[in-house]
Amino acid sequence: MKFEVILAGFGGQGILFAGNLLAQAGMEAGLHVTFLPVYGPEMRGGTCNCTVVLSDREIASPVVTRPSALLTMNRPSFEKFVPRLKHRGLAVVNRSLVPEALAEGFPDRKFLFIPADELAEEEGFPGLGNMAALGALVAVSRVVPPEKVLSGLKAILPPERAHLLEPNRRVFRRGYEFALKKASTASRR
Amino acid sequence: MKPILVKGSEAIALGALEAGCRCYFGYPITPQNEIPELMARELPKRGGVFLQAESELAAVNMLLGAASTGVRAMTSSSSPGISLMAETFSYLAALELPAVVVNVSRGGPGLGGIEASQGDYFQATRGAGHGDYHFLVLSPASIQEAYELTAKAFELAEKYRQPAMILTDALLGQMKEPLRPRKLRLKKYPKDWALTGAKGRPGRTLRSLYLGPGELRARNELLQKKYRAMRREARAKVLYAEDAELAVTAFGSLSRIVKEAVEMAREKGYPVAFVRPVTLFPFPEKPFRELAARGVRFLVVELNCGQMVEDVRLSVCGRSEVELQAFPPSDLPAPEDIYRRIKRCLAAGK
Repeated sequence: MKFEVILAGFGGQGILFAGNLLAQAGMEAGLHVTFLPVYGPEMRGGTCNCTVVLSDREIASPVVTRPSALLTMNRPSFEKFVPRLKHRGLAVVNRSLVPEALAEGFPDRKFLFIPADELAEEEGFPGLGNMAALGALVAVSRVVPPEKVLSGLKAILPPERAHLLEPNRRVFRRGYEFALKKASTASRR
Repeated sequence: MKPILVKGSEAIALGALEAGCRCYFGYPITPQNEIPELMARELPKRGGVFLQAESELAAVNMLLGAASTGVRAMTSSSSPGISLMAETFSYLAALELPAVVVNVSRGGPGLGGIEASQGDYFQATRGAGHGDYHFLVLSPASIQEAYELTAKAFELAEKYRQPAMILTDALLGQMKEPLRPRKLRLKKYPKDWALTGAKGRPGRTLRSLYLGPGELRARNELLQKKYRAMRREARAKVLYAEDAELAVTAFGSLSRIVKEAVEMAREKGYPVAFVRPVTLFPFPEKPFRELAARGVRFLVVELNCGQMVEDVRLSVCGRSEVELQAFPPSDLPAPEDIYRRIKRCLAAGK
C-alpha cells in the first residue's frame, strides 16, 4: 500500500496543519510516513501545498509528481493539481470555493465535493474547513483509521491552541460523516 | 520506543543534544531556524548556553572560543551565512578544534533563493576558507540519519580533533518523518589540549601562527597525515551492486528521489545499482573503484551544476564512464525525470 496525497489551498486555510496531522495519524497507525511542505515566502492569501506519503514499506522519495489523491481547498490549486492526479485518483474538493462544474473536464478521476467551509461554519469555527475536508479524505480513502486522526490532533496542536482540540475534532467528524453519507447515496444510485 | 514526527532540522538539534552539545551560537537564516529554535528552548534547561550572536562571524568565533575549552559546541546556518563563517573555519581547522557546523544549504550563488540545493558541496568538502585544510563532512538522507549522524559528528570531531560539518539542504531540513530518538553510545576522547585553566599543570597554547623555519611545513604535514587517517571513516550506502551495469549516485536528500527512480528501473528489470556517499569528506572512493573495475558505468545526479561528479571521476580514474544529470536549484526533480535518464544511459551503453 502506498498513498500519496497533495494538499493545497490558500495560505491560512490550514493546509500544512492538515498534512501534518495526516502524517502524524499515519505514524500512529504504524505506517511509514513523509510530510513535505512547500514553504517559502507564502503567507495568508498566498498559495500553499504539502505532500504526504503513507506506506506500509519504507518510503524513498518524499517528492511526488503524480499523486494518488488530492485535497484542494481553492480553485487555483484545483486547476494546478487535478491534471497531475493519477487516473482513477481521488480528489476531495472544497465546494465552498470550487465550482463542481470544473470536474467535468476530468472524467477519469474520482471527485468528492464537500462544502468544507460551510460545515466548519455550522460548528462555529469557519476557519476549520481544512478539518472537514480531511475528514472526507479519511472517510473515502480509508488510509488511516479516523481515531488515529482524532488522537493525533493532541500531538500536533501547540499548547496555546489546546482549546481548539474539541472544535477540530467536531469539524473533522462532520466532514467524515458527510463523505460517508454521500458515498452511500452514490452507491444506491 | 515511540517515534516522534519531526523536521530534519529538529532531528539535527536533537542529535546534537543527545551527543551532549552544551553550547549553541548562531544567527537566524532560512531554512534552518528550527535548529536555533529548538536549542533556545532546550539548552538552558540542561545547563547549556544558547546565544543568538550579532552576526554569523560573531557566532562562529564564539564557537571557536567554546570549542577551545573542550566543551561540545555547534553552530548552524545556511549557505550565505556559512560563507560568512569561512575565515574562522580555516582557524578551527588550524587549531584542530572539534567543533560541529551544520549547513542546511539553499540555492546560490549570492543570496540565491531558499529552495533546496546541493551547491555547497565544493565549499564543504574543499574547505571554505584559506589554506590546506578539510572539514570532516557527513550528509544524512533521512530524518533518523540526521539525528544519528549529527551525534556521530561530535564523536568523530573529538576522535580526530577536527571540525566536522553536517551538509544537508532545505528539503531534508523542512520535511518531516518519524524519528526514534534512541540513546546513542558515543565514545569520549582525552582532551589534553583543551584550555581549561592552568591550575596545577603547565599552561597550554592553541595557535595558528607559525613563523619559525620549517614550522608551518611540519604543521601542514601533520594535518595532512590526519586527513589520510580519516579515510577509514569513509562510508557509502550501496544497493543492488551484484548485477549492475549502471550505478546511479547521489548524496543527501536528493538520493531519496534518486533511490525511488532506481527502484522504478529495477522493477522493470533494468540492471541498476544505487550508491549514496554518507561521508563526503573523506569521499568513499572504494565502492566506485570496485564497480568501475567491473565495467559498471556511473550516472551522478546532483541538485547543482555538477560538483560531486568530480570526486566520482577521481575515484573511477578513467576506468569507466561517468555521466552527470545536473539539476540547478529550482523545482525539485521527480523520480520520473531520473528514471528516464537511467533508461537513456542504459540504451546508450548497449
